[in-house]
Amino acid sequence: MTIGGGLTELSAIELAATVGRGDASPRVAVDASHARAAEAGAWRDGLNILLYEDRRDAHAQADDVAARRDAGRVGSLAGVPVVVKDNIATTTLPTSCGSRILEGYVSPFDATAVRRLRDAGAIIVAKSNMDEFAMGSSTENSAYGPAKNPVAPNRVPGGSSGGSAASVAAGIVRIALGSETGGSVRQPAAFCGVVGVKPTYGRVSRYGLVAFASSLDQIGVFGRTVDDAALGLQTIAGLDPLDSTSADRPVPEYRHAAGGSLTGVVIGRPREYFPDDLDPRIRQRCDAALDELRSLGAEVRDVSLPHTDLAIQVYYVIAPAEASSNLARFDGVRYGLRMEGDGLRGMYEATRSSGFGREVTRRILLGTYVLSAGYYDAYYRKAQQVRVLIARDFERVFNSGVHLLFTPTTPTPAFELGAKSDPYDMYLSDIFTCTANLAGVPAMSLPIGRVDGLPVGGQLIAAHFDERQMFAVAYALERRLGAGAHR
Amino acid sequence: MSTTAASPSVPDYEMVVGLEVHVQLDTATKIFCRCSTDFGAPPNRNTCPVCLALPGALPVLNEHAVDLAIRAALALGCRVQPTSTFARKNYFYPDLPKGYQISQFDQPLAIGGRLRAGSRSDGSPIDIRITRVHMEEDAGKSIHDRFQGATAVDLNRAGVPLIEIVSEPDLRGADDADAYLRALKQILEYTAVSDVSMEKGSLRVDANISVRRPGEMALGTKTEVKNMNSFSGVTRALAVEFARQCAVLERGGRIEQQTMLWDANTGEVRPARSKEGSHDYRYFPDPDLPPLVVSPDRIERITRELPELPAARRERYRAEYPGLTAYDVEVLTASTGLGDYFEQIARQTEEAKTAANWMMGDVLATLKATNQTIEHFSVRPADLATLLNLVRDSVVSHTAAKQIFGVMSRTGDPPLQVAEREHLLKVTDDSALVAWIDEVFAEHAAEAKRFLDGERRLQGVLVGHVMKKSKGSADPKRVNQLLSTRIGT
Amino acid sequence: MAVTLDDVRHIAALARLGLTDERAAAMVAELNSILEHVDVLSKVDTTGIDAFAEQGGVGTPLRADVGPQIPLARERETFAPSMRDGFFLVPRLSTHEDVDAAS
Repeated sequence: MTIGGGLTELSAIELAATVGRGDASPRVAVDASHARAAEAGAWRDGLNILLYEDRRDAHAQADDVAARRDAGRVGSLAGVPVVVKDNIATTTLPTSCGSRILEGYVSPFDATAVRRLRDAGAIIVAKSNMDEFAMGSSTENSAYGPAKNPVAPNRVPGGSSGGSAASVAAGIVRIALGSETGGSVRQPAAFCGVVGVKPTYGRVSRYGLVAFASSLDQIGVFGRTVDDAALGLQTIAGLDPLDSTSADRPVPEYRHAAGGSLTGVVIGRPREYFPDDLDPRIRQRCDAALDELRSLGAEVRDVSLPHTDLAIQVYYVIAPAEASSNLARFDGVRYGLRMEGDGLRGMYEATRSSGFGREVTRRILLGTYVLSAGYYDAYYRKAQQVRVLIARDFERVFNSGVHLLFTPTTPTPAFELGAKSDPYDMYLSDIFTCTANLAGVPAMSLPIGRVDGLPVGGQLIAAHFDERQMFAVAYALERRLGAGAHR
Repeated sequence: MSTTAASPSVPDYEMVVGLEVHVQLDTATKIFCRCSTDFGAPPNRNTCPVCLALPGALPVLNEHAVDLAIRAALALGCRVQPTSTFARKNYFYPDLPKGYQISQFDQPLAIGGRLRAGSRSDGSPIDIRITRVHMEEDAGKSIHDRFQGATAVDLNRAGVPLIEIVSEPDLRGADDADAYLRALKQILEYTAVSDVSMEKGSLRVDANISVRRPGEMALGTKTEVKNMNSFSGVTRALAVEFARQCAVLERGGRIEQQTMLWDANTGEVRPARSKEGSHDYRYFPDPDLPPLVVSPDRIERITRELPELPAARRERYRAEYPGLTAYDVEVLTASTGLGDYFEQIARQTEEAKTAANWMMGDVLATLKATNQTIEHFSVRPADLATLLNLVRDSVVSHTAAKQIFGVMSRTGDPPLQVAEREHLLKVTDDSALVAWIDEVFAEHAAEAKRFLDGERRLQGVLVGHVMKKSKGSADPKRVNQLLSTRIGT
Repeated sequence: MAVTLDDVRHIAALARLGLTDERAAAMVAELNSILEHVDVLSKVDTTGIDAFAEQGGVGTPLRADVGPQIPLARERETFAPSMRDGFFLVPRLSTHEDVDAAS
């Protein structure tokens, strides 16, 4: 095994073990990651998938991990470099949420998920590019320029966690953190050909995740493989007293889900996710994956989630509404950008008009509107009621003997930069993913093949807190599809 | 557009008032974070990511704040809801860090209470329905005149727990409002929920006021009056706004629904400059906080732990201490501390009326003069009780007792010790008394002669001289007897 | 339920967005297009559904009334746009300017 380059080929668990044994120094792992980032053109003048790094700090973290190891304390992610999405608070790198309004802001506290990674010995090497305030499906809405897909640089990496997905796809790190509100981890995972997991709502603490839509947001994990993602989720999941919506439920051993047979597992194929106009090549990859699952002993059943076609509309009422309130704190008073104007009111307006981009402005307007007097019942309350119907669809199916659902993650592979100019057209990229956010159920995307050289993702959706079942099937499918899924 | 008080002729209109009272709860930490609520810290010292509204911060509810809110609600006769929800009230202001206040909107903690605040001069009871009690967070402080051209923002207060107590528009005059506020303050003090001080800002009052013809059922258009910082401010402001509304209607005008601000310096109410559309708070349930579930066990525990409330205590005193007048009861139940102190003495002396007199006289006067609270009074109740018993048992005279009390309050020493030290024990020894009488007769020879010649009424004066000479320690009864024998009676 | 330019101006003001008239005009069409798509929700039968019904009866977690306060890794002055003597400074308000302020 060659030092340096070889390290980036190790899985997260292998790297941690290597470092833990003393066979590799954390510094070297970090340097390998940095080298790979440079090689891949991760920065501004290349793919623009990473925004911030601090080599001295990364080395300091590495030295700290080495010191702990020498003192006999080896964490489950010892020496493993990770990338964190720009909307997750870190004390040592800026947290700008892809926005001008937080340009240069360095959080004085770490997100709980970040703290848990650090406690496990992981090393935060960079913050990744994203759609501004997580509003977008392509990472073209970043105030710091669009990111490009490492697999095909004229195409988007997906969004809003495009930078994190791409950094795993480019081999810079094995594990990256992203965030999900409507599909912002799974969709870029599918576009970039990596694994992306959205946990059950409440599984991972939101403390330190800059809020977009509080009832939908979750920190998600990207992994090069299912095992990387499982290890990442294992490390950050669990009750957090700093987040009132975090779930008081034990975290099972996700990695132990590997290796089982799928006999007795019932997988649902919801017809609403395989519409007649679905790209036939994507349909073919999905059905091929289902065949593999059958050959592993699983039963595949046709099911229906009848309210699926209302999901985007529900999402685009609820998410902007909550966002309009969550983004009110960006007012130039206590942190972030401040622009002068005519008095206090002028300061608010100059700050927010300069600081927010077009998509964010559009969603704040929409959100403010649907909450405003006279419209609250017709829009916001109505959408929350329909959301209950969507959630019940999942409940019904999971109570009927079905353990998991399998669907395409996205209706198309990665599209070209600039291809989607109509906002609603862009919103439709989330059509297969946002239902899981609305219902709060866990879901993940893993690579199931390629179409014209572009990665295609297959999505697994499980019942609340049944990530372990989801990983079990994902491990099995990944092993079955083998390296072919990544070609 | 401001007005002063109208002339008190026959009122053509009835004042209809509802009060919204905000009360700071007496917790150690803020409602949604662990920052201290301590008064007087340097600006922004008691702040953290949560109350600074840093990106990514989240609220977590303070259990003690919930318990205090429930306690207040129960004391006001409200029904505490098993489930209540938090809502965001969205607006922009520099001391509102999140750009919204976390409050409760359509599912408050408690509803349907009642407060009896005494009676009016016509004898009718002031019986006010409480619509709701809900929890919310306080905003920070904006200080406009500290720096030239700037407003200074201190967020130490942002996140301090509040309850808002909303009354129905059952108040019918400024006097009603005053009585209601005093009764409310008393209940909140009894339940130790807050230090309820308008001066300190832990009790704030907003009023909704409208007018109508007496006998009319419908309510007139109301205005909201804010910025009243004392009880007298409330009564004055209500009177002024009442007069203004009456004048408008008399002119044939219509009352505009708006917010008025009281200016204590000028005695005027004037409209707050309002931005159009500024009242759309866009309330929606706060997705960061699941509903507050209050178990029957919690309600039962807090009910059990409720102290005796003012009305119950007044009733009990009337029954247990029949020698007390209504006024006595009123004064002794003004605060929990006073009543507790009184009862400790009463129990030890079994002379409630005497104890009451001492409380309302010497004790209250001393507290005021020395700026002490009854809770930390230098005279322990047991010691005062002992002193009263010494008087009852004729060990010291009443006059001496007053002096002894004075020394006790300065030194905290027990009464017998003080009496001995100051030579104030009642002297009953005839030889000593005779010696003093003789001295007095010598010093006041003229009076003495007239007394001996038959002017009986000078006996009191002579007794007084003896008391003075003996510094109060002479037994006045015995002195009287001895004097009587000198004139052969 | 179409929004007008006045509506957009009004909501932009509520949200302190400082939209220029030009931008506001562009937003009218965009918002209307989205709202048109969203209108389908009004036809869904949602009788009897409580939008905010509590699932699982535990409710929000309650925390003990003790400190210490959550620490900051760096002083407020390092991220505050304008601070003096420990106060955050903003352009001066006249005391009665903005009636949105609570008591």
